Amino acid sequence: MFHWLEKHPFFFAVAVFVTIAFAGLIEILPNFAQQSRPVIGTAPYSTLELAGRHVYIKNSCNACHSQLIRPFKSETDRYGHYSLSGEYAYDRPFLWGSKRTGPDLMRVGNYRTTDWHENHMKNPAAVVPGSIMPAYTWMFTNKADIDTAFAEQLTIAQFFSVPYNKPVPMKDGSTKIVKMGGSVAEANALALAEAKIIAADMKDQDVKDAVANGEIPEIVAIIAYMNSLK
Amino acid sequence: MENRPLEYDYTVAKMFMFTTIVLGIVGMLVGVILAFQLAYPGMNLFLGEGLAEYTNFSRLRPLHTDAVVFGFTLSGIFATWYYVGQRVLKVSMAESGFLMFIGKLHFWLYLVGVAAVVVSLLMGITTSKEYAEFEWPIDIAIVIVWVLFGMSIFGLIGIRREKSLYISVWYYIACFLGIAMLYLFNNMAIPTMLGTAADGASGIGAWYHSVSMYAGTNDALVQWWYGHNAVAFGFTVPIVAMIYYFLPKESGQAIYSYKLSLLSFWGLMFVYLWAGGHHLLFSTVPDWVQTMGSVFSVILILPSWGSAINMLLTMKGEWQQVASSPLIKFMVLGSTFYMFSTLEGPIQAIKSVNAIAHFTDWIVGHVHDGTLGWVGFMIMAALFHMAPRVFKREIYSKSLMVTQFWIQTLGVVLYFTSMWIAGITQGMMWRAHDEFGNLAYSFIDTVTVLHPYYTIRGIGGLLYFVGFLMFAYNIYKTMSARPVEESELQNASPMGA
Repeated sequence: MFHWLEKHPFFFAVAVFVTIAFAGLIEILPNFAQQSRPVIGTAPYSTLELAGRHVYIKNSCNACHSQLIRPFKSETDRYGHYSLSGEYAYDRPFLWGSKRTGPDLMRVGNYRTTDWHENHMKNPAAVVPGSIMPAYTWMFTNKADIDTAFAEQLTIAQFFSVPYNKPVPMKDGSTKIVKMGGSVAEANALALAEAKIIAADMKDQDVKDAVANGEIPEIVAIIAYMNSLK
Repeated sequence: MENRPLEYDYTVAKMFMFTTIVLGIVGMLVGVILAFQLAYPGMNLFLGEGLAEYTNFSRLRPLHTDAVVFGFTLSGIFATWYYVGQRVLKVSMAESGFLMFIGKLHFWLYLVGVAAVVVSLLMGITTSKEYAEFEWPIDIAIVIVWVLFGMSIFGLIGIRREKSLYISVWYYIACFLGIAMLYLFNNMAIPTMLGTAADGASGIGAWYHSVSMYAGTNDALVQWWYGHNAVAFGFTVPIVAMIYYFLPKESGQAIYSYKLSLLSFWGLMFVYLWAGGHHLLFSTVPDWVQTMGSVFSVILILPSWGSAINMLLTMKGEWQQVASSPLIKFMVLGSTFYMFSTLEGPIQAIKSVNAIAHFTDWIVGHVHDGTLGWVGFMIMAALFHMAPRVFKREIYSKSLMVTQFWIQTLGVVLYFTSMWIAGITQGMMWRAHDEFGNLAYSFIDTVTVLHPYYTIRGIGGLLYFVGFLMFAYNIYKTMSARPVEESELQNASPMGA
């Protein structure tokens, strides 16, 4: 049979393809059928949080920071409850990472504050002596891309039925509504309102002035995102 | 028809040899910079405060991986295909104007794609998925480049004189099919410009941005099914294709066992895809997928060692060539690193080992003993073998080859030993508890302890890079020397091509 295949390239290619596709069919397809559903307490990202997530991705934070807490005592002691599949239901793409040059960030919102992040992003080694993380000073001047975050919200609401403007169940039995604007102007206004809350806790005067002028620096967006990681 | 050897046409092979070397230098240089940035964070500002956004570790890291995977390695695969393909199929590119056109188009579009990738990654335009960072416009370009590669493979096969496909061709076909399938499925995304606001506005925000078709755990599963098997079909399959051709040609020895090559080829095809789950152990993907990933990773030793042992036994009775020929040195050490790496991988895929190894530098070390020791050595050996035949000039300096070999071997050894120690140290420190059950170390303790190992790794990487520059210089001097060969070198190997 093998000798025959080696003389018939078409059938050879078909045989190779079937052999390699087999594992994917069995391992991957069943999971597609079974969409991962959000656990109670998991809400979609707001416009500003999503813009912050884009800043996180733009700077490849995931190259050094994981967002996956494994079910070991040492990890739950350090980072909090181990990760559940449903907590990632709104993560497109997933940001588990593959290397912990820095600590896990899955629940960083539980134990770090806006103020801490501001100082840390400016000069990590001043906050954590011995840190090898670079400073991300340009985030204080670059402007966050709110329009693209809004476009993404629209896309996921449309194609994947992500529940914006709809009540989402919370752990304490209440519900939460994550708002999405109806127009670009509305989306920017929503993001700015959120940004003002973050900027109020910050000390950098240029960032405060920018937000007061209706602009949103990247640092404000990424802090909003990290505060949402709980 | 007159009975004289075919004159093969290496135009396209030469073009891809050029990008193999240039992109290899770029990718490895960035790698060395990254290594020293981890040891000395001040290096993040090596072009000054103003350019820090483009020179810091996190922005450069995808550029390193993509430059060596899709730049150096892929160019090497293409270069060797346009050389090996003609020779084992007994047909010249010059015989078909169409295939020549496809080959050249393949190269130029590839070059455009590379330029787009470099610019977009430096700007921070990325999907964040490892080795699949490109946004949809570049993905489309990559698919076209890949289809052209497929047309070259099957086009050349279509007009072949040798009816039976040589082992190398099996592996090139598998490389083409495997990457095509994986790349398409993993990069499924919806451009966000399709989103329409309540007021009817669309095309909002960055036109190139997209959102992954899969969410969370599903996305991770597809990504590592891709990520692991990009290693399979990029770093293993086509490199095995190379060694099956170049080792017998260079040594003049016939392949040790046809049956062993059959077993290892079909075994590799079947088993490799299952093993992707070992990247997701103790994560939120289903347990059975994790277990399958572990088990099949261990089974994977069989077909991997099948190929490697077949190569080493091909040298049976001719081991003195390892001492006398620098080229054979590269290939034999390459196969040895392949065996080493394909044993180390399954060990790391065992759940209890993975609990310590995952997220640490041991994984980085594992990747590099495979890529530096196996992929890098084999591609350089292939180009060293091709250069005299393609440029019709003897290799400029054999002693330079030997020096390069030892410098790079030392570099690889420093690299993986330091990363072993770093990874296991860090993994053990993360999980250490004191007598009261509290964590023994804060995270930063596990970072500062790595400094000496990061420095040693940087030196190891630098040595490998210096060796690669010697390689580039040797090839450059070879191709620019005065021609000495009237016609292509004819090899009196049992393969007879």
